[in-house]
Amino acid sequence: MTFLDLIWLIPLFPLAGAAIMLFLGRKLDPQQPSAVALAPGVGPAPGMHGLGHAGHSHAGPGKKLISLLCPGTVLLSLIFSIGAVAELARLPEKTHQLILYTWIAGLPFQTATGSLARFSADWGFLLDPLSAVMILVVTGVGFLIHVYSIGYMGHEGGYYRFFGYMNLFVFFMLMLVLANNYALLFVGWEGVGLCSYLLIGFYFHKKSASDAANKAFIVNRIGDAGFILGMLMMFHVFGTVRFADVNRALAGPGYAPEASWGVLSVMALLLFVGATGKSAQFPLYVWLPDAMEGPTPVSALIHAATMVTAGVYMVARSNALFSLAPATSDIVAVIGAFTAILAASIALVQNDIKRVLAYSTVSQLGYMFLACGVGAYWVAIFHLYTHAFFKALLFLGAGSVIHALGGEQDMRRMGGLKEKLPTTYWTMLAGSLAIAGIPGLAGFFSKDEILWQVYSSPQGSTALFVVGLITAGMTAFYMFRLMFLTFHGKPRMDAHTLAHAHESPPVMTVPLAVLAAGSVLAGWIGVPKLWTAFPDAFRSFEHWLEPVMLRAAAHGADAGHHDAATEWLLMGLSVAVALGGIWVARVFYLRRPELPERLAQSAPGLYNTLLNKWYVDEVYGAVFVDGLAKGGGTALSEFDARVVDGGVNGTGWLARFTSQLSIWWDTWIVDGAVRLVSFAVKVVSYPVRLLQTGYVQAYALIFVLGVLVIFGYYWMR
Amino acid sequence: MSEHLLSIVLFTPLAGLIVLLFLPSENKNLIRAWANLTALAGFLVSIPLATRFDKNQPGFQFVEKADWIPSLGVKYYIGIDGISLLLVLLTTLVGFLAILSSWSAITEHVKAYYAMFLLQQTGMIGVFVALDFFLFYVFWEVVLVPMYFIIGVWGGPRKLYAAVKFFLYTLAGSVLMLLGILTLYFQHHRQFGYYTFEISELMKLDLPLGLQQWVFWAFFIGFAIKVPMFPFHTWLPDAHTEAPTAGSVVLASILLKMGTYGFLRFSLPLLPKASIDPLIVQALVGLSIVAIIYGALVCLMQQDWKKLVAYSSVSHLGFCTLGIFALNPNGIAGSVIQQINHGISTGMLFLLVGAIYERRHTREIGEYGGLAHVMPVFATVFAFAMLSSAGLPLLNGFVGEFTILQGAFEANRWWAALAVTGVVLGAAYLLWLYQRTMLGQVTNPKNLGLPDLNLRELAVFAPLIAWAVWIGVYPKPYFEVLEKPVAQLVERVRPGYLQQAVTAHAEAPVAPAVRGAR
Repeated sequence: MTFLDLIWLIPLFPLAGAAIMLFLGRKLDPQQPSAVALAPGVGPAPGMHGLGHAGHSHAGPGKKLISLLCPGTVLLSLIFSIGAVAELARLPEKTHQLILYTWIAGLPFQTATGSLARFSADWGFLLDPLSAVMILVVTGVGFLIHVYSIGYMGHEGGYYRFFGYMNLFVFFMLMLVLANNYALLFVGWEGVGLCSYLLIGFYFHKKSASDAANKAFIVNRIGDAGFILGMLMMFHVFGTVRFADVNRALAGPGYAPEASWGVLSVMALLLFVGATGKSAQFPLYVWLPDAMEGPTPVSALIHAATMVTAGVYMVARSNALFSLAPATSDIVAVIGAFTAILAASIALVQNDIKRVLAYSTVSQLGYMFLACGVGAYWVAIFHLYTHAFFKALLFLGAGSVIHALGGEQDMRRMGGLKEKLPTTYWTMLAGSLAIAGIPGLAGFFSKDEILWQVYSSPQGSTALFVVGLITAGMTAFYMFRLMFLTFHGKPRMDAHTLAHAHESPPVMTVPLAVLAAGSVLAGWIGVPKLWTAFPDAFRSFEHWLEPVMLRAAAHGADAGHHDAATEWLLMGLSVAVALGGIWVARVFYLRRPELPERLAQSAPGLYNTLLNKWYVDEVYGAVFVDGLAKGGGTALSEFDARVVDGGVNGTGWLARFTSQLSIWWDTWIVDGAVRLVSFAVKVVSYPVRLLQTGYVQAYALIFVLGVLVIFGYYWMR
Repeated sequence: MSEHLLSIVLFTPLAGLIVLLFLPSENKNLIRAWANLTALAGFLVSIPLATRFDKNQPGFQFVEKADWIPSLGVKYYIGIDGISLLLVLLTTLVGFLAILSSWSAITEHVKAYYAMFLLQQTGMIGVFVALDFFLFYVFWEVVLVPMYFIIGVWGGPRKLYAAVKFFLYTLAGSVLMLLGILTLYFQHHRQFGYYTFEISELMKLDLPLGLQQWVFWAFFIGFAIKVPMFPFHTWLPDAHTEAPTAGSVVLASILLKMGTYGFLRFSLPLLPKASIDPLIVQALVGLSIVAIIYGALVCLMQQDWKKLVAYSSVSHLGFCTLGIFALNPNGIAGSVIQQINHGISTGMLFLLVGAIYERRHTREIGEYGGLAHVMPVFATVFAFAMLSSAGLPLLNGFVGEFTILQGAFEANRWWAALAVTGVVLGAAYLLWLYQRTMLGQVTNPKNLGLPDLNLRELAVFAPLIAWAVWIGVYPKPYFEVLEKPVAQLVERVRPGYLQQAVTAHAEAPVAPAVRGAR
């Protein structure tokens, strides 16, 4: 048995952990979150808010077991992943498919060509260079964040619940990246969405948390609707959704890049709609900043390093399709660039430390899509990989700060924490330098490559490059604004909080250090071709992904020739912009702290627009939530009650009315006729009745008179 | 014994009912125990149907046939194919769970209550196994009576209005359906010279399109009211809301499926020309899509927990009818699977409302909030039911919806594009309901001391949860059972559909293609 044959086990370990937590967690960790979550005035005062140090960890043996078990399952997955990837590297074909059984074993259907295919999807795994990168990122970063959570969540209620959800998330995320077909990928896709929902709403006694959770799930579902239609179209055209079969078909002679909107372009666009939901791109990015309601390790793992990159992964996985759909690719690039600069502009002025990082994530994901859009799929994955290190690091660092300050997230009440939290400071500094794009650190290599590809690729353009460049400057600015506000200057929190501020325990700082090392070093496997001093071994990332990106690479090969001087110039430009951003932040927040306020006052319109996130949430809320959903729902409920059911009740009323009418008719007309007859008989018979007196003498008299009349009549004749 | 297996399944509840009548009314627990035992037995005897069913054999299995009213040509003729098999199993299991769930909820007229349920069980099974149209009609009407009393006697405040509405509305539909049946009956006599109600005989009729259309609409009224399809659905929210919990469960999980089953068993095979008539298809698909979106939007603004679940049925059944009138294998198979799924998911949702109603005696959503703190197990089960209903992959709902959408997409991609909005809205109304009832803080002191689900209640949910996971993770057996009957249906309505591959493209399709599968 080799690791390659056991790849099905990789997602199963964390699933087992999640199942144990679901069934036994409550027994292991009997501390109830529920006992305290009552509204004020109803019962005991709420006690589980924030991250207060409510009594140092009285961790029972059950809790210790959870701390061992749940990170342990992810560690096992990591070990099996490393083993499998190592074996994969030795395979000549660099791909390994393992099909366990047919999951959806539907019935035959007619494809677009009229031939019959079966509506089916495997429960199957595909390990190739692309999924190899993903499982290493997911299990590696995932493991570090699990370890960190032992410290971070140690004092929280619902410890077992947290780790159960986290393990479940890792299971679904691994299913997502290991699936060998789109339908099974969608299982992971929806599953991580569910875990995201559960973890954003982890503090579910807070309305804001459950609102954010709902928002995340529903906005993602809008994207998923697109994804589902994309898959159906894929079934319709190719008869299958298995990656290998779809790619084989696309590589066939029947397909060439589409000049206009053909089936492939529409299919790609539908898939991309799914990606905009999951990876928080315009116009569906609005859920991600709100997702910061979840505990900070969740933000680090799900909403920075792994889940939100699923859309990028899916697009890169579909590179054969997207490279045949240039119209869609243009849209991908433009949406990516637009999202990058939009989110970065919002991040400039946010005061919540996690929100800055959230918008930063949206922005960085925009970079990844920009790279995909210009056909540089491997660069997108490269940035995904470096971003996982430094963004996870930054979130965990922010978590460490929040932890130290007893739950404070507003940077206006931070400052001067450099000495108090040295490890956090230095590691976060490494992360900030990396994301800012300072040469030598991870973010530099990937971001610079993206910018270069955007400029030089035939699908790229100078305009997109300029947007990317400006965003890079903004990125450097907002990150160092964050660093300066948090760690430098005078402390702005109250004395009590300051006195209690302390560095986090090793269980939290060691993951920070490991991620910092990654943020510094991870980029050295993607050194620019321009740096000819470095041998090809320093460019192994691109070569590693080559088997997956064959078609895209072939398209990229005919990229226009640009001289080295241009490339050096652009590289210098991007570094200069990054340094410029840092310098401005330094002037604004260290040298002359009164400047930002004056600037805000001189352009209040722009400042407020940015602070209020371009009012996108307000517009969506008015149009979609209040307008379409609630307004439409209310209107239709009324319609249902009054018109549709009104019709039914009206029929009932009509039936009763006609029955009343019939009763009246019956009483007065039908029966009336009968009674009229009897009345008439009565009337007619009345004079006769007068004669019938019952007196014999009268009868005799009438008789005699009658006889006389008759005789008289005859006598007269 | 085994050659009468189906009759045993059919009459076990009735036999139990006869014994029940002789039990002393005052001994309520004895009556409860006996009724539960009978229902359990009813479920157990139905299991061999599944294990002995031969999925490779086309046509009907476990067939029994005997003369009943020879002068009219009426026969006692029963048998099942894959479609009826699944619905019969759904009936025996959910019927049992509904009876089990009533143990503490019903305290008055206990004997009559259980008698009604057992009678109803036999009626419903009869509908799904009858192969004689007259026999079918008898069972169809038999079901009506117990449900009328269940709503009218053990229901909520507006029970009389709801019961009468339910009864009259459904009866009106049945009468038109009867006219349709009689038309076929006399046509058969005209063409073949003898009277019969056998479906397989009536299928031999050669009817002009015009007549088929008339009969189709007559059937349509009967079935569409039962499903219910928009705009014939308004009896449903009232009936559901006023019915006791077990009544709602049976109504939603099983009774509604009589309508969709009617389309599959009678409309499509007996009236194939009318069934593919473009006007009819467009009308029915249009109504289905309206039901999906309309039902979901109406759900969003409901203030009554139970009514919300009732309207969600309208939306979900819209998917089922959409699948049927996509008129291709996956649409129909997905529809049947979704009928089972709806039985499981909505059954659970109604049971959950029932459990909470038993504790608090209100269905007003605003009365609740933060229950997850007080009843964590209940909240977990509710989350599960919600996700199953919202079609989360690896649970049952996804398999059904996805397959139906595939069928719809194949027929017309805009149908799928419109129907898929139901997936989004479905998540919206369920999550919002969950938030309003389960999450947040406990704002209403009356909810503070609520006991969590007890073991008996959990036992009701456990089989449904297991079933939901099974369909979600390994739906293959369901597709296999459905393959033959669905292929026959499609062949009947669209001859040649499944041989298309023979004439079509010679180039090797990339998919694991099935050539000429029949």
